[in-house]
Amino acid sequence: MQWEVVIGLETHAQLQTNTKIFSGASTAFGAAPNTQACEVSIALPGVLPVLNKEAVHCAVKFGLAINAEIAPRSVFARKNYFYPDLPKGYQISQYELPVVGKGSLTIQVGDSEKTIRITRAHLEEDAGKSVHEDFHGMTGIDLNRAGTPLLEIVSEPDMRSAAEAVAYAKKLHELVQWIGICDGNMQEGSFRCDVNVSVRPKGSDKLGTRREIKNLNSFRFMQQAIEYETRWQIETLEDGGTIQQATVLFDPETGETRAMRSKEEANDYRYFPDPDLLPLEITSDYISDVKQSMPELPEAMKARFEQEYGLPAYDASTITSSRGFADYFVSATAAFGGEAKLVANWLMGTLAAKLNEEGLDISASPVSPDHLAGLLKRIQDGTISNKIAKEVFDAMWTGEGDADAIIESKGLKQVSDAGAIEKIVDEVLAANAAMVAEYKSGKEKAFNGLVGQVMKASKGKANPAQVNEILKQKLA
Amino acid sequence: MSLTTDDVKRIAHLARIEIGDDEAQSTLKQLSGILGLIEEMQAVDTAGIEPMSHSQDLTQRLRDDVVTSTNQRELFQSIAPAVENGLYLVPKVIE
Repeated sequence: MQWEVVIGLETHAQLQTNTKIFSGASTAFGAAPNTQACEVSIALPGVLPVLNKEAVHCAVKFGLAINAEIAPRSVFARKNYFYPDLPKGYQISQYELPVVGKGSLTIQVGDSEKTIRITRAHLEEDAGKSVHEDFHGMTGIDLNRAGTPLLEIVSEPDMRSAAEAVAYAKKLHELVQWIGICDGNMQEGSFRCDVNVSVRPKGSDKLGTRREIKNLNSFRFMQQAIEYETRWQIETLEDGGTIQQATVLFDPETGETRAMRSKEEANDYRYFPDPDLLPLEITSDYISDVKQSMPELPEAMKARFEQEYGLPAYDASTITSSRGFADYFVSATAAFGGEAKLVANWLMGTLAAKLNEEGLDISASPVSPDHLAGLLKRIQDGTISNKIAKEVFDAMWTGEGDADAIIESKGLKQVSDAGAIEKIVDEVLAANAAMVAEYKSGKEKAFNGLVGQVMKASKGKANPAQVNEILKQKLA
Repeated sequence: MSLTTDDVKRIAHLARIEIGDDEAQSTLKQLSGILGLIEEMQAVDTAGIEPMSHSQDLTQRLRDDVVTSTNQRELFQSIAPAVENGLYLVPKVIE
């Protein structure tokens, strides 16, 4: 039987605020335990929550970025459960009336685009942290994180492969950073994904029973976890078994997903409106103000790059996948003044590969946009070939100066002097009589071999176009 | 809607309230009375009336995003039953 996997994501983005969602305690990462846990964070009796203006601002920005309806009136609710890192015995969240309604996000998988619907996004508070090391058989509780503002973003089950799910998560990850509402730091838990996975016979429109993979904090693990989980569900069903709804954890060591010990009783959160908080009202004036202050969004910028710079859709999409990349591209293109496509090629090729290799963010690139532009100018005016340019790029990367200085000091200037090239060509022809004969007997490939020999003899510095021309003349 | 003692025990468990059989019986009576009252209210025609989420017809006041709390850990932990290395200690929980 042919199977189809159905995937939906719930993502928690920690909002970039100075203080907690309902109190004036700091949210700075890495403080000593409980030094940022105020009376509201630890739930002393009699304290009251007061909503953070900036958290609301972040939620509205997100709603606008995914083209969603912003609720004019939304309500906070209590989600009741017991766990020691949740000292109130309930989490303040939003249930029936979330601040952000239906929206969507367009992802790119391979050559095709796909729109993923977003069901809702709501504001809520984070819980504290349990430390399960041995404290004489007890558990330690750090409430610094308790009350940190989160935006929970819920997608529709619109994804049909691990690759689509990862593309959606990456797109969302870039978007929240782009609009400046989340720092996107996955190691520190600022961006966490829960993935719902189910399988069904291909062609069926009924959803299978889902299992939820909790707390994935890297895209690589997400891919592995979904692939393993999908295989496991299909095998289980093919062996005549059934899938039980469950929460599972991914073990990066084994690459497997494993069901958490199921609780004796299903969770029943008994949501109800929180009487400590009044309804949140958002006016259309406020929404227009926020709209005015929003940066150009990736989708709009992508369309503009195609229009303004004549970039292919794929290039425009790749370059606008992060704000850092887009900014770099704009600066380098302006400084270069030539063909934007050449900038795009270098950005997506050599530079991206190098950043990837060294695990650097583009903001930390040792080669600045100006430096790259300087290099491209020398390619364009024929001073150096593409091949030599890579060498110059590597030297710029290790801080040996700008392109002109490196070309000068290393003597990398392309040889365009016809006389000098002719001399090399003559030497190569004399030393490779067999190849010449092959070419003359009709083997076109031998020509490329001769070009290669000339380039080699010139240490890569001969102007390739001229080499071609002169060779053709000599062999005619 | 009618409740059973099993429902009462389940609700008590979710709220982490220990409840004996006798108490479950008397609680069942009280809770059923409350549900009866709700049933009566549900007979009222509320078509076209927006549900109320708060008894006061006001909207939420917002707070500026400025740190106003200082570290009072020592004070707070002075009334905690057990602390170590700045952490509050609780009976071991592992999920």
